[in-house]
Amino acid sequence: MTEQMTGAQSLIRSLEHAGVDVVFGIPGGAILPAYDPLYDSVNVRHILMRHEQGAGHAAEGYAYATGRPGVCMATSGPGATNLVTPIADAHMDSVPLVAITGQVATPLIGTDGFQEADICGITMPITKHNYLVKRAEDIPRTIAEAFHIASSGRPGPVLVDIAKDALQTSVDFAWPQRLDLPGYRPVTKPHGKQVREAARMIAESRRPVLYVGGGVLRAGAAQELRVLAELTGLPVVTTLMARGVFPDSHPQHLGMPGMHGSVAAVGALQKADLIVALGARFDDRVTGKLDSFAPGASIVHADIDPAEISKNRHADVPIVGDCREVIADLVVAVRNDQAAGRQGDYAAWWAQLDRLREVYPLGYEDPDDGSLSPQHVIRRLGEIVGPDAHYVAGVGQHQMWAAQFIGHQKPGSFINSGGLGTMGFSVPAALGAKVGAPERTVWSIDGDGCFQMTNQELATCAIEGIPIKVAVINNGNLGMVRQWQTLFYEGRYSNTDLQTAPRDARVRIPDFVRLAEAYGCVGLRCERPEDIDATVEKAMAVDDAPVVVDFTVHPDAMVWPMVGPGISNDNIQYARDMAPDWDDED
Amino acid sequence: MTQHTLSVLVEDTPGILARTSALFSRRGFNINSLSVSTTEYEGLSRMTIVVNCDRHPLEQVTKQLNKLVNVIKIVEMDNDAAVRRELLLAKVKADSGNRAAVIQTAELFRANIVDVGPDVVVVEATGRPEKLDALVRNLEPFGIKELVKSGLVALGRGPRSITDRSLRAVERSA
Repeated sequence: MTEQMTGAQSLIRSLEHAGVDVVFGIPGGAILPAYDPLYDSVNVRHILMRHEQGAGHAAEGYAYATGRPGVCMATSGPGATNLVTPIADAHMDSVPLVAITGQVATPLIGTDGFQEADICGITMPITKHNYLVKRAEDIPRTIAEAFHIASSGRPGPVLVDIAKDALQTSVDFAWPQRLDLPGYRPVTKPHGKQVREAARMIAESRRPVLYVGGGVLRAGAAQELRVLAELTGLPVVTTLMARGVFPDSHPQHLGMPGMHGSVAAVGALQKADLIVALGARFDDRVTGKLDSFAPGASIVHADIDPAEISKNRHADVPIVGDCREVIADLVVAVRNDQAAGRQGDYAAWWAQLDRLREVYPLGYEDPDDGSLSPQHVIRRLGEIVGPDAHYVAGVGQHQMWAAQFIGHQKPGSFINSGGLGTMGFSVPAALGAKVGAPERTVWSIDGDGCFQMTNQELATCAIEGIPIKVAVINNGNLGMVRQWQTLFYEGRYSNTDLQTAPRDARVRIPDFVRLAEAYGCVGLRCERPEDIDATVEKAMAVDDAPVVVDFTVHPDAMVWPMVGPGISNDNIQYARDMAPDWDDED
Repeated sequence: MTQHTLSVLVEDTPGILARTSALFSRRGFNINSLSVSTTEYEGLSRMTIVVNCDRHPLEQVTKQLNKLVNVIKIVEMDNDAAVRRELLLAKVKADSGNRAAVIQTAELFRANIVDVGPDVVVVEATGRPEKLDALVRNLEPFGIKELVKSGLVALGRGPRSITDRSLRAVERSA
């Protein structure tokens, strides 16, 4: 049975069929026809954002919190180009995202019409797939395909650009019962022989490591991972995108590898004879100088995307498949090996790693002038708020400290922008996460630089009743850039002072407390270590409005450990000019 | 760097040529030749792409090509196990004094004269790229005013077809 309706109505009906309950967006000329039936939709709530970039990041945050594709909507031209950053972000971090944009009417396409931009051409390299829809009858099939592609296989962003006249034309609505995508068949079931080979290598290795990436989170395989880790007794490192997928408190967890990883995690990879990479992609921020990364290690590499395997580091045992199925099959293979008496002995390896953990734990020094240490703030925040909250970081020093010191225990609780490193991600993504999981506390942990890129979405939070909490780690500077200037540019602080927390008597521009109040939020400030707990508790007590806390912190704090850019992981420093002694056997 | 010939089976959708070629340009590869045409199936096109690059980056590009939703299949053609052909049209200077010599050269390569003017002839030839290169070398002394080639097309020898089993529909899991 078919029903006559406009293309715009069929779009909204299609979104309802796809199970969409929230769309983040901003209307405009070319997408306007879609906003009329959206006004009447019972199932789809539209949240009016203040900038399209915020709409895109909110949709990402929603996707992180729910596991379902986030949806953002914008008009043609500038509306669409403002979505480019969140689309690129979702592409790098494999976030399921469906972006719907209006396009000028078909007769105007290619004529430099008002608010025309070739958004399909622009987003071609940063989407998993995209569509230009010129006929109303193509809308339901395209929407169905977009959701399928965004959420299956390696998830990613799909853009659907719909010409205005397609939205205005009348058609018979028909939701497709099956999809015809002959070129799209993600492999999820791993090859049994490869899995058995991986199990054999685990049993025969002396210094193995499980290198766990965001793919394990996307696959929902935290439980399977824990079974595998405990069955084999292997040490585990979790990348920035996988923080929380294996509990930080677990005795086999060595922490995060990479540029700001723990000495034990970085050392484990460097000294390993076997790296079992699960849904990780050997990113340059993890490997450091690639040709000196883990020189003695054989590689088992499991990923749902065949293009990741052997991209940066040759895989001795490639496994294409969904991480949940891979790990589950690997558990069976390891059990079979163990039943046959084949089991690795890692006692000497653990002794080596335990020494690294003991001698070089994550740490920081409190400033001696009584001002706030940012690491202390973040550590206490994690301890007081607990592991059930969502923590949503921006990009920079505060992000690394949040990765290091929150104490991540639950899969998916840490949300951040990894691959693209998008400053401004946090506030709108926190908004989206709160919409997706309203029962959970959501803390945005943001920097003063990031916060000023997207804080207008506080208006959205206040008006739409989305009570997120924001901890601005305010050091008055573009902190990570300043850290690099300290270390690599002789302390020449070119263009990093933001004056949001000036040391002298000058006024704060802006004053984040007053800014928060102007946006209808509760604004708090904390400048002394003895006030941290009370301030966090005060923020936690507010449940009817967004809260912004300005934690004014010392500007000289740096993120340690650190592997400098372009150098080998062997040369990691756990504090300035302090390198670990790898071979000390005491 | 070695030369590779890829046969890429794609859905005939707008933008597929841009999507495909962009994957090569993004990695700084220069495509030597690219030809696209329809196939025995409606809605399916086939590209033959000739590119010079090393083995590892080629594997990366092939994997990335496979990720394109509208790309159905990619096969690297082995030079020995494939029929490889190209079409050439060349406008060659030929007046009454040397026209016979031009025609004779063309005939040696089983090429045809498809247009004749007072001072020029148009030579049409098909064959392996090596043969066409030899033809061009032999025509050059007469003077080549204009030359165009179709780009290589290739088809594997033997009974197998790359279009087999490529067109099953997918049930939606959601």
